[in-house]
Amino acid sequence: MSGAFTKSMARNIFYGGTVFFFLLFLALSFDTHSQLPKRDMRANITPQIAEGKKLWEVNNCIGCHTLLGEGAYFAPELGNVVVRYGDEGTKAFIQSRPKDGIPGRRSMPQFNFTDEQLNAIVAFLKHVNSINAANWPPNSQG
Amino acid sequence: MQFKSQAVAKPYFIAAIGLFVGQILFGLILGLQYVLGDFLFPAIPFNVARMVHTNLLIVWLLFGFMGGTYYMIPEEAETELFSPKLALLMFWVFLVAGALTIVGYLAVPYATLAELTGNNLLETMGREFLEQPLPTKLGIVVVALAFLFNVTMTVLKGKKTAIATVLLIGLWGLAVFFLFSFYNPVNVVLDKFFWWWTVHLWVEGVWELILGSFLAFVLIKTTGVDREVIEKWLYVIVTLTLISGIIGTGHHYFWIGTPEYWQWWGSIFSALEPIPFFGMTVFAFNMVNRRRREHPNKAAVLWALGTGVMAFLGAGVWGFLHTLAPVNYYTHGTQITAAHGHMAFYGAYAMVNLMMISYAMPILNGRAANSNKSQVLEMWSFWLMTVAMVFITLFLTAAGILQVWLQRVSDTPLPFMVAQEKIALFYWMREWAGVMFLIGLILYITSFFYGGQEEKAA
Repeated sequence: MSGAFTKSMARNIFYGGTVFFFLLFLALSFDTHSQLPKRDMRANITPQIAEGKKLWEVNNCIGCHTLLGEGAYFAPELGNVVVRYGDEGTKAFIQSRPKDGIPGRRSMPQFNFTDEQLNAIVAFLKHVNSINAANWPPNSQG
Repeated sequence: MQFKSQAVAKPYFIAAIGLFVGQILFGLILGLQYVLGDFLFPAIPFNVARMVHTNLLIVWLLFGFMGGTYYMIPEEAETELFSPKLALLMFWVFLVAGALTIVGYLAVPYATLAELTGNNLLETMGREFLEQPLPTKLGIVVVALAFLFNVTMTVLKGKKTAIATVLLIGLWGLAVFFLFSFYNPVNVVLDKFFWWWTVHLWVEGVWELILGSFLAFVLIKTTGVDREVIEKWLYVIVTLTLISGIIGTGHHYFWIGTPEYWQWWGSIFSALEPIPFFGMTVFAFNMVNRRRREHPNKAAVLWALGTGVMAFLGAGVWGFLHTLAPVNYYTHGTQITAAHGHMAFYGAYAMVNLMMISYAMPILNGRAANSNKSQVLEMWSFWLMTVAMVFITLFLTAAGILQVWLQRVSDTPLPFMVAQEKIALFYWMREWAGVMFLIGLILYITSFFYGGQEEKAA
């Protein structure tokens, strides 16, 4: 770097650039928030879906699965699991996990959910599937 | 050392290394579970081991950042630390809180832990990397505030260098953006949107400021290059970091329900994110080439050069690999992401902490550098861990490419688990590379106890 470009010039560009791009980010975020209601289907969120999200969280499902592609990559994507298995199939899968796992295979724990809890989880997963996620995932396998 | 209060850094460094060992052991468990699915099931299911692995990573890096800051701030500000006692107290608070959290993860089912720790009062748990129970999250805030108070007061009463200023901005940013971990709306799109304000704005934003200032500090000390030159570089690098990285958050907003225009903003700005990392590499090599003295601590210089190169490869190149929206459409949420995550965290944040520890620990122990024998061992550990991480990344990338093809691109897409079984060979190779990493880590720790003739005191 030549002598013409001084440290204080570099510092000013740092502060100016950071503030400018942070404000631009805020503006984009603000615009996103005005568009989200049409995409995130918030009008459809029921107490049951909220309960399903809570169950999703307190059982740390994200520790193995992805949801809209985010999470761990040990087990299948669940944002579209209702497309693969259907409501009843999804519930039956969760319910039928053996307590001690399946020998030699990746196993999902048995969570002993009640029917009400299973319905809430499926309601949540169906809600996630209804979100406009720009055509992701590429196919039903997630 | 120049200031007595720098000594508080030492317990932070020791804790960081201890937790690092735990992180790697759990990494090996996870790698084995990828191929022997029922390994340790149901005692330690994958999700629990993963939480321990990632949370230990975060906590040891934070210990390293705090220790490094406590070491360098008195030298930068040219004054003793505002309160060494507060720093030591916070060390114990953070260590106990961290240990209890890990014990909690391992001892009881996660749902029970949530119940016991007041998740019903404020639901913040169960989101990736932010799994900590509410008391732990609050503890992190308390520790961070006390730490920032201590460091800021020190700088205010002393000299305000550019390196210290950039570090403080990074650390304050770290604390501020962590606050988004308390915001968990029931609307999952909003939840994900702001989750990234902690996760992305940490690792692809303010943490890079901490990385840059640590690197600048060690380069000044080991090369003797003029501070004006180094600080000018630092400003240029952190400018590039933030102007690319802030809007670069958009590369996480492609497929989570946010508007499609993020595919443009995210692709373009995150494509620029490798530039500051490239800048760091050029910077480190340039300064070392222009060095005005031969510092006896060769190992620290190796880590400084290494972190530049590996951060550029892991965060820059492997990030760019899947950051453009049309590519990410196929790679999102696959082993490609895992490959990038491993090398980026190791190259940028693990290595910069190891650099700071390598530079500071001998001085904290009353010598300018460790004995030649000890340094040779440390350099062996550098190469073993770094080469192992390159292999881990390459094997996961291979697995990821195959996964994308089998599951998402081919004419007959396979179910997730079927595809996973077909690529198991690469998971086995990744696990062996992980064993190599552990051997490197064992050598690293051994190097601390490997005496030989000591260099004269600093």
